[in-house]
Amino acid sequence: MSEVLVLVDAVDGKVKKSTLELLTAARSLGEPAAVVLGPAGVAGPLNAALAEYGAAKVYVVENDDLDGYVVAPKAEALSVVAAQASPAAILLSSTSENKEIAARLAYRIGSGILTDAVGVDAEGATQSIFGGGVTVVSKVVKGASVITVRPNSIAPVPASGAATEVKVDVTISDAAKGAKITESVVEAKGSRPQLSDASVVVSGGRGIGAPENFKVIEELADTLGAAVGASRAVVDAGWADHKMQVGQTGVTVSPQLYIAVGISGAIQHRAGMQTAKTIVAINKDADAPIFELADFGVVGDLFTVAPQLAEEIRKRKA
Amino acid sequence: MNIVVLMKQVPDTEGDRKLNPADNTLDRNAVDPVINYIDEFAIEEGLQLKEAHGGEVTILTVGPERATESIRKALSMGADKGVHVSDEALHGSDAIQTATVIAKALGTVEWDVVVAGSEATDSRMSVVPALVAEILGVPQLSLARKVTIEGPTVTIERVTDSGYASVQGQTPAVISVVEKINEPRYPSFKGIMAAKSKPIATLALADLSLDAGEVGVANAWSAVSSFENAPPRAAGQTIKDEGDGGVKIADFLASKKLV
Repeated sequence: MSEVLVLVDAVDGKVKKSTLELLTAARSLGEPAAVVLGPAGVAGPLNAALAEYGAAKVYVVENDDLDGYVVAPKAEALSVVAAQASPAAILLSSTSENKEIAARLAYRIGSGILTDAVGVDAEGATQSIFGGGVTVVSKVVKGASVITVRPNSIAPVPASGAATEVKVDVTISDAAKGAKITESVVEAKGSRPQLSDASVVVSGGRGIGAPENFKVIEELADTLGAAVGASRAVVDAGWADHKMQVGQTGVTVSPQLYIAVGISGAIQHRAGMQTAKTIVAINKDADAPIFELADFGVVGDLFTVAPQLAEEIRKRKA
Repeated sequence: MNIVVLMKQVPDTEGDRKLNPADNTLDRNAVDPVINYIDEFAIEEGLQLKEAHGGEVTILTVGPERATESIRKALSMGADKGVHVSDEALHGSDAIQTATVIAKALGTVEWDVVVAGSEATDSRMSVVPALVAEILGVPQLSLARKVTIEGPTVTIERVTDSGYASVQGQTPAVISVVEKINEPRYPSFKGIMAAKSKPIATLALADLSLDAGEVGVANAWSAVSSFENAPPRAAGQTIKDEGDGGVKIADFLASKKLV
């Protein structure tokens, strides 16, 4: 059985849930093999989780040059691992950085690339395009399939794997070191999860009325351990950072739960969230288009409904 | 400093976009074409770099004949000239093929930096800037929310999940910019008049020493096997708040085991 490589994403020595989703999907395509890229010592703490989710092998490239430059070294290292493993497919989580890595890798190894899959099987990848209006099944017709998969698209299921470590030595070429990272600055507030792969997202729209009212959204998000999003109207008005914009332009999310607060649901916004599993909407306008896709909607004043919901969740958790 | 801005013509996102069942490619006639929204920021950034450093701004587009309209619009914003790669054989090319064509076309222009939008609203792959950098072997300075150039050194603030990274590279380099990096200008009347006489070089595959067998839907590295219009998401239950709307939502979430 051919191997299926999964690029491991980890934060603070922990494998991200999106990687466990990919290891689960990889089993339907071949034998899952994880690939860990990073500075010396990065792989050790990750091994147990990779074994628990069925990785038969763990390819490890430890090289201090992997993190200091924009994506090219990672694509180069992955291409070396791919040459050694001759995989049937290579899966990465659909983050903006991983899509760039996937593209450079695909070109290097002579493979086609598919991005933002919401499902993967032997037939290829399922993608939701044009703001969710069309569902397509696509396949790679040249080389190994390089596919990026949206986080939260697949439910992670444990399965035991040997997770046998295979060290791969890679020397990063000078050509791959053209874009040097001189400083990394963390701007994210507090400990909220990141929008792109959060399993719960609470977003605020124009209905919040004023920038200081955004705390209503944040408070509800924090009771749910959710990431905070915003509509384009709110970002355009300068009430929220562009990084929080959910929509046709901005971030596309597919969480388990999406709560739209004071968002009318313009097509531009729907394009970024309508593949969410469950959608809840709060809006004072009963005719708002967001109610057409909401699984549960409340027509009412967000300033009473949202805090009441936050309070109720706190009560039930207690 | 000479700047090439990569611009894509896309169907307006406000329209009802479709795939063509004949070959599962984008139906470019279904909806009016416009300049890709994020590319407007790339054009503006190119114009600002020219204003700061001198040189010329060239708009490079790969697309059907009608894409000339979008190039003219970019010229009316202030760009100096256009390069339009247009060839029937390009129809249905995938991202890697398109990036290959762009890389070849860049060989026909003098440039120090290429500026692209981070993503097109039709395919949404967000990979062409990275691919062009890979193919040309030049620094990839992508996802920039700020660009500074001093001599041959380009510094950007690259948007990351948790904040930003300062990234530095030497020209020639490929830059991609994110939405909101600047405030794209509107064409002035004078600009619109001037654009009519600005040069647009139209290139076919043969002008780039590319073979029709390397591009197009029949030779693509990836392909759409089938598609269907997604059934509209069935609306669930909507209630009017009677003072217990928040509690009702909590009940709903509990029934779905979401809390």
